[in-house]
This record gives sequence, C-alpha cells and structure tokens, in this order.
Amino acid sequence: MDQIPILMVGDCLLVSIQVDMHDQLALALQDSLMTKIVETGARGVMLDISSLQFVDSFIGRLLNNIASMARVLDAATVVVGMQPAVAITLVELGLTLSGIRTALNVDKGLALIRRIIDGEEQAFDRREG
Amino acid sequence: MIVEKDETIPVRTSEDVVRVRREVRERAVALGFGLVDQTKLVTAASEIARNTLDYGGGGELRIECLRDGNRRGLRLSFSDRGPGIPDIERAMTDGYTTGGGLGLGLSGAKRLSSDFAIRSSPGQGTVVILARWK
Amino acid sequence: MANKADTIISTLITRSRKPLLDEWLARQATMAGSGAIAADGDVKEYCTRFLAELDTGLAAGEVGDIRGAGWSGMRELLEEVSRSRAGKGFTPSETASFVFSLKAPLFALVQREAGDNAARLADELQSATTLLDTLGLYTVEVFQKAREEVIARQQEEMLELSTPVVRLWEGIVAVPLIGTLDSNRTQVVMENLLQEIVSAGAQIAIIDITGVPTVDTLVAQHLLKTVSAARLMGADCIISGIRPQIAQTIVHLGVDLSVTSKASMSGALELALKRIGKAVVERKARPAAEVS
Ligand SMILES: Nc1ncnc2c1ncn2[C@@H]1O[C@H](COP(=O)(O)OP(=O)(O)O)[C@@H](O)[C@H]1O
Ligand SMILES: [Mg+2]
Repeated sequence: MDQIPILMVGDCLLVSIQVDMHDQLALALQDSLMTKIVETGARGVMLDISSLQFVDSFIGRLLNNIASMARVLDAATVVVGMQPAVAITLVELGLTLSGIRTALNVDKGLALIRRIIDGEEQAFDRREG
Repeated sequence: MIVEKDETIPVRTSEDVVRVRREVRERAVALGFGLVDQTKLVTAASEIARNTLDYGGGGELRIECLRDGNRRGLRLSFSDRGPGIPDIERAMTDGYTTGGGLGLGLSGAKRLSSDFAIRSSPGQGTVVILARWK
Repeated sequence: MANKADTIISTLITRSRKPLLDEWLARQATMAGSGAIAADGDVKEYCTRFLAELDTGLAAGEVGDIRGAGWSGMRELLEEVSRSRAGKGFTPSETASFVFSLKAPLFALVQREAGDNAARLADELQSATTLLDTLGLYTVEVFQKAREEVIARQQEEMLELSTPVVRLWEGIVAVPLIGTLDSNRTQVVMENLLQEIVSAGAQIAIIDITGVPTVDTLVAQHLLKTVSAARLMGADCIISGIRPQIAQTIVHLGVDLSVTSKASMSGALELALKRIGKAVVERKARPAAEVS
C-alpha cells in the first residue's frame, strides 16, 4: 500500500496530503501518525490539506480523531490550507470541525502550533461571544 | 430533459470510491460546473459511494449528463442489493449512524444536491439518486 | 399531416439542396436588418448545416415533434445559432428570421414541384409551415434563455465590481456591503471574500453590513456559513454594523452564535489590529506590543 509521507520539522510532524486517499490509506495515516508522535515526542502535528479537493465526513472524522488522539499524546494539531470551495462544501455538509485549530498556510500553522505549545493559545478552537 | 451521456461504474472497493470521485469531477468539469459546484457534487458522491460500499455491500453508480433547455446537470444513481434501510426518515437525520460514522452522509449529500431521492426496503437493497444543476 | 419521409420537402431537400441554399442566402442578405445578419460570418455555415439537419430530421420521419432523437442535431444547431446571436446583440426577430426566411424559397420550390395537384400542395405547405414555425419558435425560446444568461452573467460581473473586497491592512481584508442582499448576491460576495482571504493571506475578514437595511433568513444563513467556512480555512470574521432587526433574524436562526460582532467598521478594525498584534498609537507614544 502507498503511504503518505510524514516529515519532522523541529518538534512538529508535518503531513502534506497530496493524493485522493482511499479510506484504508487514510486510516493507515492516522495510525502511523500516532506511532510517530510517541516515537519522536513531537509536540505538534500539522496537516496540510491545501492540495485536497474535497473533505467528506470520513476525512472530517479522521481529522477530528487525529486531533483528539494527538491531544491525548500531548501534541497540538493544526489543519492548514483548506481551499474555499472545500470549506464552503464542508459547512453545507454539516461539519464545522469545531475541535480543530486551523491556519491559512504552513507558515501561519507553524506559528500557531508554537503559540499553542507555549501556552499562548488554546489547543481547541477559539469561540468568542 | 435529455440524457446526453450515460455510464455505469462499479462501487465494490474503496479504490472504486476514489474512482467515483474522479469520474464525477471530470464530468462536472466537462459540463462547465464552477469549482464550488464541482466540490459539492464530488463530496455528495463520495458520501453515498461509501455508504453503497460499507452498508450496501457494494453496488454500482450510474452517471448521467443531463440537458434541460439551456440547463446542464449531472445525475448520480447509486444502487446496491444490500440489507436496505428499515427507517429512511431516521437514516436521513443529522448524526444518525449505525456504523460509527458522523451520520452526515445521507443528510449532508441531500443538502449538497439540487434533487435528492432515496428508495430502500429491508432485504431489497438501496437506491440513492442525486442530481445537481448548473 | 404528412408524416412520412417521402414528402415533397424531403425530396427537395435531398435533390435541390444547392439552389435552395443559394436562394435562402440571397433572401437573408436582402432582408430588413440584414446589416447585422450579413455581419454574421457564420450564416452560410449555419444554413448549410440547417439543411443537412432538416434532411436528417425528416428522414427520421418525425415532422410534428422536434423533440425526438432525429432532431437532436437540429436542436443543437439552433441553440448554437441563438446563443451566438444573443451574444452578438441580435434582436429576437433577427434571430428567428434565420429559420423563417427559408419559408419563401422553400414554398416556391414546393409549389413548382406539386404542379396542379392542389390537395397535395395544401397538405405539403401545411406541414412545412408547421415544421418551420416550430423550429423558429424553438430558436426564439432558446434565444430568450441565452439572453437571460447573458444578463445574469452581466449582473454577476457588476455585482463583483459593486462589492469589492478591500485589503485594509496586511492580514486584514474587508467587504463593505451596501444595499439589499439577496441570496444570490450574498453567495457571490462571500465566495469572493473567501478567495481573497487566501490570496491576501488574511487572518481576519471584516464583513461590514452597516449599509444593509435588512436581511432575510436565507441571507443571514449565508453570512453565518461564510463565517464558519472562513474559520475552517484559518481566518476569523468580524461582522460590523449589525442593525437591531438583523440581530433578531440571526438570533432567531438559533444556530452558531459564536460570531464576533462590532457596532462599527472602525471598532472592527481596531479589534482586528489587536488580534494580529498591532495597535494604532499616538505619534510620540511608544507602541505597546499587545497580543490578544
Ligand atoms: N446503502 C445503504 N444500505 C443500508 N444502510 C444504509 C445505506 N446507506 C445508509 N445506510 C444507513 O443509514 C445510516 C446513515 O448513513 P449516513 O448518513 O451516511 O451516516 P454514516 O455513514 O456516518 O453512518 C447508516 O449508518 C446506515 O445505517
Ligand atoms: Mg455515510
């Protein structure tokens, strides 16, 4: 089976999803990410989905699961680069991924992870009244 | 309304689900759908294709390119011969799942489509038809 | 009505297509408004194809109903003609004259062919008239739809021009909405806003609705969905200038109430600057590095 490469940048794991993953591949990614977090003691996980042309409820659930499991392993997750059309569709589908922090691009994502690790930002989505 | 192109592809493996997404995207692009419309169609197709595979035990997708006067549309009919859905109204509710999913596949796909229809009876299998017009 | 392919018309179309075509083209060149038609460089090609499709359609034996498969090529051709003429600014009658101008030359030929057989002539003319009228009306119908499409597109373009997304500051974009919002306009504006968030790399988007008198439920929903979509992309929205009536509509929706709002655009900008770690200070004062 193909694998999605996981890179290490400082103390963060970086995954760039470039292909349309079939479900097993997606689940395999989740498993290897968790293993990698434990192995490396990474404090952050960044999922770059700027090349992804859709996010359905399966991928949405996967992103949610990765974020919650990583949190248990004391790593902050940030999803970056979601395209406007994908975001519009996801909202219509009924998913807001409210437990996940997001950023516009890799640079901003890394900065956000840094702030979360340093305790300046919450690992959960910020909700304001 | 005229059916201009008609094609059937299998939905039996999770690679097939990937192919469904690719084929639907290609048709939508060919019909001149905008990026948001393409994405909505592909996402709805992905949801229902996965249901066909996971709950229906596999089946097939019929893709039809439609023309109604100046309007262009794409109609997707997924069918399986699986166990069927005993309570369709319940299955269409946001959050309802028997498979540990998010329960947004059917209801979400309906929101992403212009037309949506579902036929199912226990033991007879399930047919989900969705269409989106440009 | 003649329903068979062995009518005089179909024989003529097959046998005398060239003279018929010449006669038809000459006719169109001398017609009122012929300036525009003559300028339509495709007219000869269209006429040639029309006669070929007429042949095909008649051969399929469907004279009364042009919705059948035998006429699909004809329908496509007429759609092409209509769309092209709609785009070039032709009037509906100039467009329909493409079909109707065939009547005279065709009828002349039919008459010559029928000779003294008056009954046959009447019958043939009747069915030819019906057919050409149907095709002509179809052209008008498609033309009108094409016109509507052109107008809709122009409206959309105007819409994009009328509601520009502006870059207020590095990392901050804003869209000031003015006038009545319908669901369509809101959708276009919102898609533009999200796109601009990406191109500008903006962390914060301000949607100012001070100039919007009222919104309906659907529009309010679009606004809230945009806020959610922006959040998924990694940007925050601030809605400014919400009027009491609009606040009511939003509250009535009972959905996601975690929208940041400010009374005025300047309040929104102040908050946005604070969020990106900037503040507007007096010239001589030292900038306070505030982080929200
Ligand atoms: N093709 C099908 N055959 C049988 N049951 C189905 C089918 N599609 C959907 N269902 C039922 O409807 C429920 C809801 O489906 P869906 O909205 O896609 O949510 P999820 O896939 O997350 O469970 C499923 O859990 C399943 O019980
Ligand atoms: Mg599902």
